[in-house]
Amino acid sequence: MGRYIARRLLQSIPVFFGATFIVFTMVYALPGDPIRALNGERPISDSAQAALREQYNLDDPLVVQYAKYLGGLAQGDFGETFRGRPVSEILLEKFPITARLALLAFAFEILLGLIAGVLAGLRRGSFMDNLVLVSTTVVVAIPVFVLGFVAQLVLGVKLRWFPIAGVLDGWYSYALPAIVLGSLSLVYIARLTRTSLVETLKSDYIRTAEAKGLSRARVVGRHALRNSLIPVATFLAVDLGALMGGAIITEGIFNIPGIGREVFLAIRGQEGAVVVGIVTAGILIFILMNLIVDILYGVLDPRIRVE
Amino acid sequence: MSEHDPRRGRDTIVEDEEEEEARPGEGSRATSFVPAEGATAAAAAVEGGASTYQASLWGDAWRQLRKNPLFLISGALLVGFIVIAIAPGLFTNIDPAGANCDLGNSVDRPSRGHLFGYDIQGCDYYTRVLYGTRVSLTIGLLVVGFDVVIAIVLGSIAGFFGRFWDGTLSRIADIWFALPTTLAAIVFLSVVGERGLLQVSAVLIFLGWPTLMRLMRSSVLSGKEADYVQAARALGASNWRILRVHILPNGIAPVIVYATIAVGIIIAAEAALSFLGVGLQLPNISWGLMINAAQNRILSSPHLLLFPALFLSVLVLTFIIIGDALRDALDPRLR
Repeated sequence: MGRYIARRLLQSIPVFFGATFIVFTMVYALPGDPIRALNGERPISDSAQAALREQYNLDDPLVVQYAKYLGGLAQGDFGETFRGRPVSEILLEKFPITARLALLAFAFEILLGLIAGVLAGLRRGSFMDNLVLVSTTVVVAIPVFVLGFVAQLVLGVKLRWFPIAGVLDGWYSYALPAIVLGSLSLVYIARLTRTSLVETLKSDYIRTAEAKGLSRARVVGRHALRNSLIPVATFLAVDLGALMGGAIITEGIFNIPGIGREVFLAIRGQEGAVVVGIVTAGILIFILMNLIVDILYGVLDPRIRVE
Repeated sequence: MSEHDPRRGRDTIVEDEEEEEARPGEGSRATSFVPAEGATAAAAAVEGGASTYQASLWGDAWRQLRKNPLFLISGALLVGFIVIAIAPGLFTNIDPAGANCDLGNSVDRPSRGHLFGYDIQGCDYYTRVLYGTRVSLTIGLLVVGFDVVIAIVLGSIAGFFGRFWDGTLSRIADIWFALPTTLAAIVFLSVVGERGLLQVSAVLIFLGWPTLMRLMRSSVLSGKEADYVQAARALGASNWRILRVHILPNGIAPVIVYATIAVGIIIAAEAALSFLGVGLQLPNISWGLMINAAQNRILSSPHLLLFPALFLSVLVLTFIIIGDALRDALDPRLR
């Protein structure tokens, strides 16, 4: 197991460098001169501009800038904005907001997704099964931002069940955005659980358990579910990372001041370091989650541990 | 093959019966043909059957799809969308961008003659929404078309030649997988100054190929081990011929299935990016832009949101259902 984890860890190193380099290159190519953009009513003197360029390594070639950035990153330094604020401070301020949204969405999709999946999977072809299949297909087809608007309009404005936007109502203000954000993954969880459960229920050991005279609840709960949830568990780990990145649109609709809005502000303000910092954090989360998936697989399914 | 004649004879008869069952449409022709030929009927039937009915993956899939009502409905819808995209003028006489817009009609509700009402500029919304089909469909098909080509080329190289090529290409795909798609698309599109159809498509192509490539790779990898590929190699077929004639026709099925669904995903992605303000720009006619403009008027003029959102969702749904139907039809285990 140790060797397995070590190998996966080694494999993710080039992935990290490659992905961050692509993003770094793109941000480097963002149009406009960020230093000149700092000019207010009184223009900054040429020498001060030159000093700023020096300070932010703006005159170095791309590769050198990237190497310096990585050097800082290795010490936990995400760089600072052109107004002197450390990027890590911004990340620490904004990520918890997005994380809260993502975690609520996560809880919502697990709860409802598993229930729907199990109900559909237990009786294939039943009314419940068809209901889940049809409703999930429809949810997949409706783009998230349309779903967000409709939910905001119907549940927030018309029915007044939820706060419409913003985060002033504490956790409750995240409820509706979380439902919208989690809806797509909910579909995948429901379908994955259903397919997996249907497969497992066909296997020999389930027939043995039934032949032994175990109750239906025990056969399903202890024997079938445990194994059929392996693919679901691994999907969940990847999904938590994807939710953090996918929250941008939902944040925009519900006016939640998380990393999504920060990315837009940073792009508009030509704060390259903030953009790179946020995307880099996203890449790190992705790599971490994938690592967890691989370890989870090894723990849950002994067959995979064999090299 | 067996050396005993009796057994062989029995096998062919069984095979023949199966074929008869499997082709209700052509059965009558074959049976009327066999008696006319006389005594050597059995052998002739087998040969004749083999040439008229080849149990190809795609033939079987088509036979099954023809009977699937969901596929027929969504197929008809897709044809409708394509006609609208190619010739929106067939359904409306109004020029979408032109002088017919009257600010006096701004955000008027739907009425007779103007089924979808008017947008903020006072343009006929029905016309605008119809013309939006073209952009969505073009981007969806363009992006996935290019990505499929990239996937087939890179996936075949990685899967077929293995070792160095597989290692390199798969690691590159891993890098792409690690990019957070929405974030990356926003950053990349911010770099582009003027964003038209081509620029948005290019970014989506750039970000979209790895999943398809991975599918193609694993497909080629498993196809390479098949007996008929070994047989072709033993007969001296070249790599190119083996790939083109033996591996690709069967191995491409999962790629086609996913590509169909991906068209829907890309169409939704374009709309989302345009909605966020980093996709297409005016004067392009895009559903995402329309929904963006509707954003602040949901309460007073819900029709501004309703119609583009409806068209968008139905188009995406069409591709997803066709993809689902294709998957069921192309997977022999599900039959």
